[in-house]
Amino acid sequence: MYVAVKGGEAAIANAHRLLADRRRGDRSVPALRLNQIVEQLALGVDRVMSEGSLYDRELAALAVVQARGDMIEAIFLVRAYRTTLPRFGYTNPVDTGAMQVERRISATYKDLPGGQVLGPTFDYTHRLLDPELAAGAEVEAPAQRPVEAEAMPRVSAILAHEGLIEADGEMPLDHVPGDITREPLQFPMARDIRLQALSRGDEGFLLALGYSTQRGYARNHPFVGEVRIGEVELELDVPELPFPVPLGSIRVTECQMVNQFKGSAKAPPQFTRGYGLVFGQSERKAMAMALCDRALRAGELGEDVVAAAQDEEFVISHSDNVQATGFVEHLKLPHYVDFQAELGLVRRMRAEYEARQNEDKAAEEKREAAE
Amino acid sequence: MRGQEAREQAGRKALMATLAHAEADEIARLWNEAGLPSEAELLRGPETGLVTVRGRIGGGGAPFNVGEATVTRATVRLPSGQVGHSYALGRDKGKARLAAIADALWQDPAHRETVETKLAAPLRAALNAARETRRVETAATKVDFFTMVRGED
Repeated sequence: MYVAVKGGEAAIANAHRLLADRRRGDRSVPALRLNQIVEQLALGVDRVMSEGSLYDRELAALAVVQARGDMIEAIFLVRAYRTTLPRFGYTNPVDTGAMQVERRISATYKDLPGGQVLGPTFDYTHRLLDPELAAGAEVEAPAQRPVEAEAMPRVSAILAHEGLIEADGEMPLDHVPGDITREPLQFPMARDIRLQALSRGDEGFLLALGYSTQRGYARNHPFVGEVRIGEVELELDVPELPFPVPLGSIRVTECQMVNQFKGSAKAPPQFTRGYGLVFGQSERKAMAMALCDRALRAGELGEDVVAAAQDEEFVISHSDNVQATGFVEHLKLPHYVDFQAELGLVRRMRAEYEARQNEDKAAEEKREAAE
Repeated sequence: MRGQEAREQAGRKALMATLAHAEADEIARLWNEAGLPSEAELLRGPETGLVTVRGRIGGGGAPFNVGEATVTRATVRLPSGQVGHSYALGRDKGKARLAAIADALWQDPAHRETVETKLAAPLRAALNAARETRRVETAATKVDFFTMVRGED
């Protein structure tokens, strides 16, 4: 027999109405507009685009407002929206070497073509809260330095000549890049699929794992070969045009991590590499991704797999915060019947346990009496 | 490919790139100022969908999928018969329609000059100016290393 229990419609409707009210807050405070969020909470918007795996600033800003600033909820909203749209195709791979660079630093080379360009960074700030910002003070325009445009080749290209550093990751020529939005995860997985999962992975989770590698759990001696942030052009091959059609540009952050490697049975001593590429401006995420990418190459490089960050199934299965929050948060949904069944089971086991205890006690008393 | 055809394609692609980068309001404003015709039959869209953005492992290695981006496209046919296409990041359907008409008009010898001078040229100038501003602002944050000699030799 199955008895459906109904109810809660009115409570749910009123809860959502209350949510809308609390989201709006004090009506005497002006409501946020999406362009304010896009412009002034840009890095939050970038995180939602990166982990929502959808590049669209306005949609990400809408998601942030709708989620009342709850980033994982916002990411969830964006992921859900994606599923409503048809797919036009795969772009040609972006050329990060041709990026319109807004920031570019290297921790391995002081003097490199294009130089060290700090861009809009939090680095070297004193992390003191700024009361002037709270008071809405005017902000001065950026300084300008009119100089000739200079090429900024990727550091990896500069390092390549001595043969002491790995080449960019190659795959067999007939390898078609895997797509986790089309096929279920399967382990072990190729590096390209891992990178897709890492690029949309939870920043906090990847950061913690990256940190764990630095603290000795899969130590791999990383250096930031390069971090660069800027806009790259997108192009798409379409059947109706004889050339790849330009779509415009997106901002991405790229990290080239360079890791000292003592060599193994599979590879000679050299610098190996981890790679990070994420939507928007987020060097913390790109760096964490690169650390995890390198750690997850343990098997390929003949290293012992001894730490969590090297365990592909562990890292990739738990890196998606939409899946993670779904499974954790589902626990609060009604489990009344499950729980009643469990309760009946525990009651029976407890009764059996107590009966056994009583029997043992009686047997003990009988033996003592006999002695 | 013959030189003439290659130049033709490069010009058309350059216009599409310019329109893809431009704001819808700006396209509409210049369109009206130039008095370009906006009559066209919609053959497809405007419709919004996704493209999957690809990167390369290590920057130059094998391709991998990074994530998706919204793209809006349209295809139109002019009364004079030319078929135009547009694709651009974002979800602006009005922009997609106008950009497709611009592509079709560009293929019409009677309109190419106007599209180039009254629409593409000012959009391109604005885009280049914005990029140049960004570039020189970025350049101001470039580190100039210097060495300090300490002690007596």
